[in-house]
Amino acid sequence: MLRLQARAEPSRWWVYASPLLALLVTVLLGVALFLLLGKDPVRGLAVFFWEPLRSGYALGELVVKATPLLLIALGLAVAFRSNVWNIGAEGQYVMGAVAASGVALLAEPGGSKWIVLPLLLAGTFGGMVWGGLTAWLRDRFNANEILVSLMLVYVAVQVLGYMVFGPWKDPNGYNFPQTQMFEAATKIPRLFASSRMHIGVLIAVVGAALVWVFLFRTRAGFAQQVGGIAPAAARYAGFSSRSALWTAMLVSGGFAGLAGALEVAGPIGQLTPYLPAGYGFAAIIVAFVGRLHPGGLILSSLLMSMFYIGGELAQSRLGLPQSLTGVFQGLLLFSLLACDTLIHYRVVRSKPRAALASAAGAH
Amino acid sequence: MDAVTLQSYALLIAATLNAGTVLGLAALGLLINERAGIVNLGAEGMMLCAALAGFAAVVHTGSDVAGFLAGALAGGLMATIFGVLVIWLNTNQHATGLALSLFGGGFSAFAGTSYVQEKMPERSSFAIPYLSDIPFLGSALFKQHPLVYATIAFTAALAWFLWRTRAGLVLRSVGESPESAHALGYPVRRIRFASVVAGGVLCGLAGAYISIVYTPLWVEGMVAGKGWIALALTTFASWRPVRVMLGACLFGGVTMLQFHLQGAGVEVPSQLLSMLPYLATIIVLVLISRNPAWIRINMPASLGKPFQP
Repeated sequence: MLRLQARAEPSRWWVYASPLLALLVTVLLGVALFLLLGKDPVRGLAVFFWEPLRSGYALGELVVKATPLLLIALGLAVAFRSNVWNIGAEGQYVMGAVAASGVALLAEPGGSKWIVLPLLLAGTFGGMVWGGLTAWLRDRFNANEILVSLMLVYVAVQVLGYMVFGPWKDPNGYNFPQTQMFEAATKIPRLFASSRMHIGVLIAVVGAALVWVFLFRTRAGFAQQVGGIAPAAARYAGFSSRSALWTAMLVSGGFAGLAGALEVAGPIGQLTPYLPAGYGFAAIIVAFVGRLHPGGLILSSLLMSMFYIGGELAQSRLGLPQSLTGVFQGLLLFSLLACDTLIHYRVVRSKPRAALASAAGAH
Repeated sequence: MDAVTLQSYALLIAATLNAGTVLGLAALGLLINERAGIVNLGAEGMMLCAALAGFAAVVHTGSDVAGFLAGALAGGLMATIFGVLVIWLNTNQHATGLALSLFGGGFSAFAGTSYVQEKMPERSSFAIPYLSDIPFLGSALFKQHPLVYATIAFTAALAWFLWRTRAGLVLRSVGESPESAHALGYPVRRIRFASVVAGGVLCGLAGAYISIVYTPLWVEGMVAGKGWIALALTTFASWRPVRVMLGACLFGGVTMLQFHLQGAGVEVPSQLLSMLPYLATIIVLVLISRNPAWIRINMPASLGKPFQP
């Protein structure tokens, strides 16, 4: 019989090894799934783990998809580290995109490129307002932030629906529920002519650096996390749990809103009902797999982006539904949670009861 | 009041009971979990997989019973994964529940692709003989699916079980103070596991009810947050079965009111009406949580806390 024995101290080694083991387990489960579906597992794995890396253009696409995931996950890392369970990033992302679209629709043809700046600020602000709403209801009325932030996702999707079916519908759009294509000036500037990578990539990397500095090099960042690890100690030290809550919700909402703005004015270029692609939920997985550490998040957002691209390719190349992405995402998080047990426990072989009993009898 | 208006009210009541059954079944399941000290945020995912399993079973067999069995099995299986991770591997309850919801959403979308266009076989509708012929009351109350009446009966049975039997007392003690229950020699982790699986089975039945009776079809994400609303319901009902069922009917009524208003031609954007159930959940959470002392008195004391013997 195998059993778990608590470690005296958490294993530092397994903190880093666990996500890799989880990835391995996910891959093995993926192979089993492909075999079950009668698909060649080698081709299946190639679609997920080789095709997205094969060419310069493919790598660019990988980074384009990883950008919103990284941005949202950075905010979630701050929230989760302070034990604030914001799981409504999807809604904050949508509201960021809606707010940014409001600015984009004001642009005149041939206007200044600088409109991108207020556009991104509006997106960030939109996300912060939506996140702040959860913070306010939690702070003022003690309402559970998990349920409130999640309910607000559904509300945000309806707000988006109202805008594109109602006041913002493109008058020349054959009655499709979407806004007109945004003016060229509002387009998020691209980094290279040959790739869809835009300045959002740089913003996300700078954001990762800023979050790292905040979490590990400032007193405020320290105070923020103590409340998450040891609430009693935080109270004793006089760190305000209210300000930790507000910071967590505003930062995570702001990052998600910024991601929404970059997405709607970048790769998409108009507001449509298909904007919510589940990035807000996938970013929760990115945050956990990346160990809530900005460096880890960069790697895990790229991994999750591979899953997205792999899902699209699995549809076109293997005739499998694109939702395969969601299956792999869920499996990865499950595997990670199970593997994380090894951080706090070691697996030991326990003696059968009979042996124990006879050993006790010998005394 | 003329006959047509009266009839439309009867149908509104019937639809409210119908919607209340979905929320009630799921929330009763979560109530059992939470009474044993476990929060399962995976309700939405379990319900989605169960909705698909139930729908597929009815399509292939033509039998409602097979559909509900399949749904219950799917819910129970997913709850088993959750239970093993949370109870024996001591993983974080919130994170594991979220994983279950995310996985359930992805997996049901993936596995259900071929069922999207599928139609249910024609089955007979239900009506209680004689009672259903009573004007107004007949179409309001007595033409429901048998599971609706079963759910109401189960609510009473669960209340009796939790407060009038020894086993119920043990279950509650495991949620209040697992250390004391353990010291008395009760197998805390097994009791918790059993309650998690029971909760999963009930969420599974709720999910299957959605795709078999409530809206007889399969679409990706069709549970549309009902699992999350059910989670809010347990708090709203201060973890008591009868209040859970009343709350479920109240929420069901709000859900149905939007269709009623739309049908009555009220000039409100449809999106605003679609927001109603979610806004109602937030408002209720706010009203209920305003008084922390009240929550503290009613909430199982060890809710969400891991236990290792």
